[in-house]
Amino acid sequence: MQHTKRALLLNPRDNVAVALTKLEPGDMVEVRGGVEKLVIRARDEIPFGHKIAIRDIPRCGYVVKYGYPIGRAKRDIRVGEHVHLHNLESLSTIRSVCGGG
Amino acid sequence: MAERRYEFKGFPRPDGRVGVRNLVAVIPSVVCASHVARRIADSVREAVYIDNQFGCSQLKPDLKITFRTLAGVGRNPNIASVLIVSLGCEELPAEKLADEIARSGKSVELIVIQEVGGSLHALEKGVRILRRLAEEASRVRRESFDLSAMVLGVECGGSDATSGIAANPVTGYVADKVVDMGGAVILSETPEMIGAEELLIKRARSPEVAEKLVRAIRKWIELAHSVGVDLLGTQPTRGNIEGGITTIEEKSLGAIIKGGSRTIQDVLEYAEEVQGRGLFVMDTPGNDVISLAGMAAGGVQLTIFTTGRGTPVGNPVMPVIKVTGNPYTYEKMSDDIDFDASSVITNGRSVEEVGEELLQLVLEVASGKPTRAELGDYTEFVIHKILPSL
Repeated sequence: MQHTKRALLLNPRDNVAVALTKLEPGDMVEVRGGVEKLVIRARDEIPFGHKIAIRDIPRCGYVVKYGYPIGRAKRDIRVGEHVHLHNLESLSTIRSVCGGG
Repeated sequence: MAERRYEFKGFPRPDGRVGVRNLVAVIPSVVCASHVARRIADSVREAVYIDNQFGCSQLKPDLKITFRTLAGVGRNPNIASVLIVSLGCEELPAEKLADEIARSGKSVELIVIQEVGGSLHALEKGVRILRRLAEEASRVRRESFDLSAMVLGVECGGSDATSGIAANPVTGYVADKVVDMGGAVILSETPEMIGAEELLIKRARSPEVAEKLVRAIRKWIELAHSVGVDLLGTQPTRGNIEGGITTIEEKSLGAIIKGGSRTIQDVLEYAEEVQGRGLFVMDTPGNDVISLAGMAAGGVQLTIFTTGRGTPVGNPVMPVIKVTGNPYTYEKMSDDIDFDASSVITNGRSVEEVGEELLQLVLEVASGKPTRAELGDYTEFVIHKILPSL
């Protein structure tokens, strides 16, 4: 029997959740902590503790965790993608894809 | 759901504050008197010793911090009465320290080693005074209080990938609850807020508080820069990135979440006494022991301390409740950790559900249940300093 894969939404405003187990591409992931029950399909391999997008995020849109922006998307991010250094930049980064402000 | 009752049994103090312990403290006003003071404290069962490495040969800003810390700890409501042990020639004004503590209405006694004829006379005199203070303190009885009488500190140390997911959010739930029920919460460790200034100031009560907050956080960046260290460039660390943290904002938010989400009422200096209710930030270093000492001086009754790797650290004045979100750490270090928050990760339990359990433990500890650090009698105490000694 397949083990339930879970991710935790730390704030209802967030557009990323945290993987509570290692996720494989194609895994159905139950996202807990939101107002409504949400199940999404992982697109990437996502290690424990790493972020998974629970909504599409446009290039330069805010990535929101703990209810606050933790940076901007360096490119379009689709729901189920791993969100990390390859597609997320700090708001205070010097080499910004999205420019300052 | 029926409204839960959140009550604890504490000790009423003359200044209207409430203690969760009923301790008699021995405080050396200078390092030269510290071993005599420690021996006096060791001779009476109810006594705690407050370590002091300073009190002389300090530049004025540091001498002020030492004074404020000792005075604040002496006034902490967990302490029923105080014995100050002075050498006699130190820069820190011992009599003024006694007066500052006595302002809270509790008994304060002072002995001066050079005046009573040396260390052995001081020891005998000190033990006699302390026995009397302990006897007097034993007359105070616990009474029922609600959360509006609580002053809670939150702290983290030895963090790992589970801290920002389980232990800190669960602690943040408790912090919000204490604030919502009329209590006070202190969040410290300003260097760990670097990168989250812009987000934090949105929660400040006023533009003045926002300005104070930014200044307190940026000061650490400048201080490090003045000795050639770039605090921004090294964050998040390689270990953080492997653990899934991408940006410095995210790292800081994961730490700050342990203070909950409410409005920041004010920014306190290190060891400054908290006035009023709600959420406060205290400007302390990230060093756990120094930060805990500052919060104890600020009037915090007990602290929730989140840890990923585990630590035995305690405090002489406050119960320190250790919480981990890492199930392996809990298993390995259960002698040092009071609460396992890992079921948020392993069993998919909600932050609220586990947070309620932690709040119940907080109330039990406030009512007298000893923490693991108390059972071990771990009483680390280090006072903050900025400058070299003279």
